[in-house]
Amino acid sequence: MTDLETFRAETRAWLEANCPAECRGPAENDEDRVWGGRNAVFKTPAHKRWMEVMGERGWTAPEWPREYGGGGLSREEAKVLASEMRRIDAQSPLSSFGIWMLGPALLQFGTEEQKKRFLPEIVRGEIRWCQGYSEPGAGSDLAGLQTRAEDRGDHWIVNGQKVWTSYADKADWIFCLVRTDPDAPKHLGISFVLFDMATPGVTTRPITLISGKSPFCETFFDNVRVEKENLVGTLNRGWDVAKALLAHERTMIGAMGDMGRPMGQVAVDSLGLDDSGRLDEPMLRTKIAELEIDVAAFRLSMERVGDQVKARQVSPAIASMLKYYGSELNKRRHELAMAAGGSDALEWESERSKGGTPAREWLRTKANSIEGGTSEVQLNIIAKHLLQLPGV
Amino acid sequence: MPLILTEEQTMLKEAADGFLAEHAPITHLRQLRDSRDAEGVSRELWRAFGEMGFAGVIIPEEHGGSGLGAVEAGVVAEALGRTLTPSPFFGSSVLAARILIDAASAEQQAAWLPKIAAGEAILSLAVDEGPKHQPSRIATTAERSGNGFKLNGAKGFVLDGHIADALIVAAKTETGTTLFLVDPKTAGIEIERTVMVDAHNAARITLKDVQVDADAVIGAVDGGEGALNAALDLGRACAAACLTGAGDEAFRVTVEYLRTRKQFGRAIGEFQALQHRAAHLFTELEIAKAATLAALQRLDAGADKADLAVSVAKAKAGRVAELAVQEAVQMHGGVGMTDEYDVGLFMKRVRVLNELLGDAGFHADRLARAGGY
Ligand SMILES: Cc1cc2nc3c(=O)[nH]c(=O)nc-3n(C[C@H](O)[C@H](O)[C@H](O)COP(=O)(O)OP(=O)(O)OC[C@H]3O[C@@H](n4cnc5c(N)ncnc54)[C@H](O)[C@@H]3O)c2cc1C
Ligand SMILES: Cc1cc2nc3c(=O)[nH]c(=O)nc-3n(C[C@H](O)[C@H](O)[C@H](O)COP(=O)(O)OP(=O)(O)OC[C@H]3O[C@@H](n4cnc5c(N)ncnc54)[C@H](O)[C@@H]3O)c2cc1C
Repeated sequence: MTDLETFRAETRAWLEANCPAECRGPAENDEDRVWGGRNAVFKTPAHKRWMEVMGERGWTAPEWPREYGGGGLSREEAKVLASEMRRIDAQSPLSSFGIWMLGPALLQFGTEEQKKRFLPEIVRGEIRWCQGYSEPGAGSDLAGLQTRAEDRGDHWIVNGQKVWTSYADKADWIFCLVRTDPDAPKHLGISFVLFDMATPGVTTRPITLISGKSPFCETFFDNVRVEKENLVGTLNRGWDVAKALLAHERTMIGAMGDMGRPMGQVAVDSLGLDDSGRLDEPMLRTKIAELEIDVAAFRLSMERVGDQVKARQVSPAIASMLKYYGSELNKRRHELAMAAGGSDALEWESERSKGGTPAREWLRTKANSIEGGTSEVQLNIIAKHLLQLPGV
Repeated sequence: MPLILTEEQTMLKEAADGFLAEHAPITHLRQLRDSRDAEGVSRELWRAFGEMGFAGVIIPEEHGGSGLGAVEAGVVAEALGRTLTPSPFFGSSVLAARILIDAASAEQQAAWLPKIAAGEAILSLAVDEGPKHQPSRIATTAERSGNGFKLNGAKGFVLDGHIADALIVAAKTETGTTLFLVDPKTAGIEIERTVMVDAHNAARITLKDVQVDADAVIGAVDGGEGALNAALDLGRACAAACLTGAGDEAFRVTVEYLRTRKQFGRAIGEFQALQHRAAHLFTELEIAKAATLAALQRLDAGADKADLAVSVAKAKAGRVAELAVQEAVQMHGGVGMTDEYDVGLFMKRVRVLNELLGDAGFHADRLARAGGY
């Protein structure tokens, strides 16, 4: 057996022994996911155990170095882990902005102390992070942000407002973009800082979405004290950190294009088969088959991009391609899920629909092509950085 | 296995791209077309393909080939897509070679594989019968007769069938499909050359009481389906590679045009309406490339469900290449409609490759069935 085959066999055995039955099968909706943090909520005790055993092995962040609590796996080993988890339909042990976004940025830009302090608690799901980028006047034009940090010697005082801050009311810490030099050109006066959401002066106000849920907030900073040791990267060069983090965020959002049960099965459960064994809705069948082709091809594309990045064959801007395609794909998938569900999928409150889960999830996906930078912004980035078209 | 080419495969790609750019660029296709070449392909180029090791890319070394796999065949097919080069590669080096390697007797292999590898012989696979690819509904029959069989039926879209040195004919026998290696000069065979929209060639072949010996059978009587399907899937994956090559090249030319063509006092590539479409197309092409390489790798690995990976690749590459050539013509404006500009040639080639071995609808249906819907 090759090393990789041995690793696969061991991983399979370990997962069989350690992944609780409750944590297999698709997570039913957003709330069933495990987000960790000081005030973590778990659907069942098994979900807590699953997060903890995976966190101990570093397998919530399989490719991060062991010295920071990660799994220390090679890319090939991480692929094996992912495929073995898929094999038994294991749910993700931990959903985390720390793992998807902040961690990779810290690994690239953080000091040794910052990595030692923040990464292990992210891996173990102890601290939940939120992202303070967008402001009322700075959405697509993120670098136009106005939240300011005044230098007070060993610390800054931060004042301003963020908006659309996902889970700000549930998060323990925030990674935040602040303006540290108001006189510099807009990209060159921004810094990337970290602070505790329990710091005096931080308040949040949830905003209700079209799905009827409130996973994001307006976030206000009123004379908030931020320690200088919590600056990531260079002062006034936070845009570099912000962009690197966005690439990770975009890859993560893109990955939503490849989630959930195969749509053909969803439709068969709802609509049944005709006498020749085909979905009893020929027009929908065609659309679903085309979606499934795109989903399969997109999954392979994510894998290929990962391999290209590893082999240094592509620009980091390639994340915009995954973000754009994956988010549009996920929207299409939920449009078809609604069509397959028919009038059943319209129920908003019933027990049967688990409180309107299909409709609410469908509405939630509309944000996929907005959050993390809109589809139009991704297309601009591709045109400029990957195609080098003039005048962008 | 990483979803990128290995170093050796990259070298092969550079060799194939370099060779075709030098010896058979698009002007080669134009020359064959405009001179109404009697055969529609260059024998000389085919022999050079042999010398370069491309013609025998999947043929084992003991038969004079390079002994490589599907990925390498795909690399050559993609290069052919970029230059739109007419070549017996598909019919001979991919479809026929796969069948001969997998199922033929030692005598049959010795007779043909070295000649294909050398770029000397041209073989054609005759499967399709109606306007659409439906290999599960072959109507051509082979009835036992004398010490052999009598073939009756009509085939179409037989690549290079008008100049084939040997035909591989798929026919129905008592309980299954049988493959026959047939001399095209046998009595009862009529061959009509069909020049296609892309100036590549195929043939319609009618078989009327064509008597062949028992030793014309490739593999087992009634047992040809396995070898046929394996060849069709390799052909489909290579067609996907050819489609991505053609789509990618049409896109490259178009992006270049967007940078240079000026209207309203600036490069048309500055208009966001075109930038976004170009960016979308880039994304689709990258995704098609991933699906194509994955299918080829899976064929080489003999992976479970490799056939489904092939269908994903053929359908995706087909749709994407179709979008690429349509955008190419549209974004070129008036000149895109002229025969002088190459983009129209890409549009034509992609249409043919889309029909070849099952269009996107065929493969979507295959996937839906496999998915239980
Ligand atoms: C569910 C959800 C969760 C979010 N979570 C977070 C979070 O946790 N933290 C955070 O900081 N932010 C978060 N966001 C904010 C998100 O990043 C912004 O909404 C996004 O960047 C767009 O900004 P905007 O809403 O101001 O839209 P605008 O920038 O005002 O855009 C409006 C429209 O104009 C288009 N447009 C703008 N500029 C251009 C251009 N140059 N070319 C072409 N079209 C253009 C846009 O594509 C869009 O269609 C979240 C958003 C949503 C919906
Ligand atoms: C079959 C045929 C018959 C014709 N007959 C006649 C005729 O009888 N008489 C006559 O005078 N003309 C005729 N034309 C010319 C036709 O009107 C032009 O081809 C057309 O106006 C486009 O101009 P162009 O070819 O220079 O393309 P370009 O203007 O160079 O356009 C190239 C691409 O850029 C796009 N583009 C250009 N500007 C913008 C912008 N601001 N924003 C977004 N996209 C942009 C275009 O949509 C196109 O996709 C004919 C053309 C054809 C193909």
